[in-house]
Amino acid sequence: MSQQSASEVPASAPDLAEEFLDRTTPLDRVRGVLHRHPAISPGIVLVLAVIVFGGLNDRFLEPSNLSLVTQQVAVVGTLALAQTLIILTAGIDLSVGAVMVLASMVIAQTTVNNGLPPLAGLGLGLAVGLAAGAANGFLVTRLKLPPFIVTLGSLNVFLALTLLYSGGATVRGRDMPSQLTLTGETFALGGVNISLGVVMMSVLYVAVALILHGTAWGRHVYAVGDDPEAARLAGIRVSRVLTSVYLASGAILAVAAWIQIGRSNAASPNIGVDLNLDSITAVVIGGTSLFGGRGAVWGTLLGALIVGVFRNGLSLAGLDVLWQTFAVGVLIIAAVSVDQWIRKARK
Amino acid sequence: MNTDKTPILEARGLVKTFGRVVGLDGVDLELYPGEVLAVIGDNGAGKSTLIKCLTGAEIPDEGEIWLDDRLTRFKGPQDARAHGIETVYQNLALSPALDIAANLFLGREERKPGLLGSLLRVVDTKGMRRRARAELSALGITTLQDVTVPVENLSGGQRQAVAVARAAAFGSKVVVLDEPTAALGVRESNQVLELIRNLRDRGVPVILISHNMPHVFEVADRIHIQRLGKRAATITPETHSMTDAVAIMTGAREAGE
Repeated sequence: MSQQSASEVPASAPDLAEEFLDRTTPLDRVRGVLHRHPAISPGIVLVLAVIVFGGLNDRFLEPSNLSLVTQQVAVVGTLALAQTLIILTAGIDLSVGAVMVLASMVIAQTTVNNGLPPLAGLGLGLAVGLAAGAANGFLVTRLKLPPFIVTLGSLNVFLALTLLYSGGATVRGRDMPSQLTLTGETFALGGVNISLGVVMMSVLYVAVALILHGTAWGRHVYAVGDDPEAARLAGIRVSRVLTSVYLASGAILAVAAWIQIGRSNAASPNIGVDLNLDSITAVVIGGTSLFGGRGAVWGTLLGALIVGVFRNGLSLAGLDVLWQTFAVGVLIIAAVSVDQWIRKARK
Repeated sequence: MNTDKTPILEARGLVKTFGRVVGLDGVDLELYPGEVLAVIGDNGAGKSTLIKCLTGAEIPDEGEIWLDDRLTRFKGPQDARAHGIETVYQNLALSPALDIAANLFLGREERKPGLLGSLLRVVDTKGMRRRARAELSALGITTLQDVTVPVENLSGGQRQAVAVARAAAFGSKVVVLDEPTAALGVRESNQVLELIRNLRDRGVPVILISHNMPHVFEVADRIHIQRLGKRAATITPETHSMTDAVAIMTGAREAGE
């Protein structure tokens, strides 16, 4: 055996030499590093944005403003976490906002109008999230429909259900039991007021990151998004993995609904329905590939923070809200361009 | 022929039709322990249908498959794999974004010992990397030094090596390679052929499907020639030349002549 491996060395040596040769330019090396660590580039953007906006307006870095940014990010950040799981499997979920709103209405109405205990209401909200995930997952895996079409359809179904169920009425936070608005409560951490919703979002991020990196399921999510046929031939039950991903994201959306109730101190059929696009924005800016199999939840958290910092910083700088939207649009296209460039690192 | 040994894998009278098209018309095949059996044949001769039947990707209409002296029926590729038949497909079935070690263990990840593994289902990344390194060096694959490199960064030959290593690494009884050198250059092809010899020397029998006659004649112990849905002949590189093989394959000559 040792003789054979010795005779193999000369044959393989030019291989290694070639690898070193086409890695020589510093730009390529930077690109290689960014390719292996997808969270670096959004991290740099976030740091730069904080420095620039901090320089433009002194109020930006004040603790009260920073705590506002984190609270604004909590809902979108949680939606984007669910969205990341779906996009890692090369899917997309246009219904995340609608599912969250439906779940928040169910939580609020069953406790306030039907008098259920808050825990039961939250449990029903979780059931709504899981049912929505199961429905989307079933249509994607069993009927083999593209996730874009499935969730475009279910987006409308969930919106209609929300309005039918709620009658278009908002449930005010002061009518709810305190447990439901708990997620809006804040505590001071080094001068910055952190809401429990932000804490819950952070805990979810840590948990999902650990699961994706530490378990076979996490690897299978990436493999299925990367190349479903290869995953199937490697013995992974692709439909099962996809269904579990839609279920997990449905559960996360139920938590987002709770965070949303605390954040806006109300459950309204009109708040947050348009957040599905914001969640996709955060995922894309965070460096997760829309083609699946590549990306990390940390990138998404950074992406959500970047969007929050841009909106907040630009409004502090006195720019019209339309220019914030303009800037976010530019940000998306820039992020995807950089991503394409990084991806060309090694083919 | 090797009548003194019993085959590890044997097909008897396999028939497979697709509508009115006859893919296999009563094919026999024997694979003996420790040999490289090449399967050659013109396009449409039933080569790939035969292999698909042996690896569970197709279910034959008639005929029997015997593995280890036991009559078996594969319900699908997973079933064949569970029985110890590992297949390296032409498209390799690797996950480009995952690293070499993750690809080797894809679909059969090992968990950490203790509560971390059993309760929290944490995978043993370090242990799998260690085992991946050991398996690769046991197979004599020296072109893959770093098992943490994503597969997309590898050359075609290196990817083939990963795919073959995955097929060979888990105590498989039979390894089936579908056109492993088709997309490779000369040097990389030689590395794969060397790998096939290493596999055989470790006692793992190999079925090699290939169009490349020089490669077939270089590594095969016996050559199964498929023609018009039937086995035209089984020859050896010692008794027949490449010209003979092509003649039998195209029907220009009968095997016995």
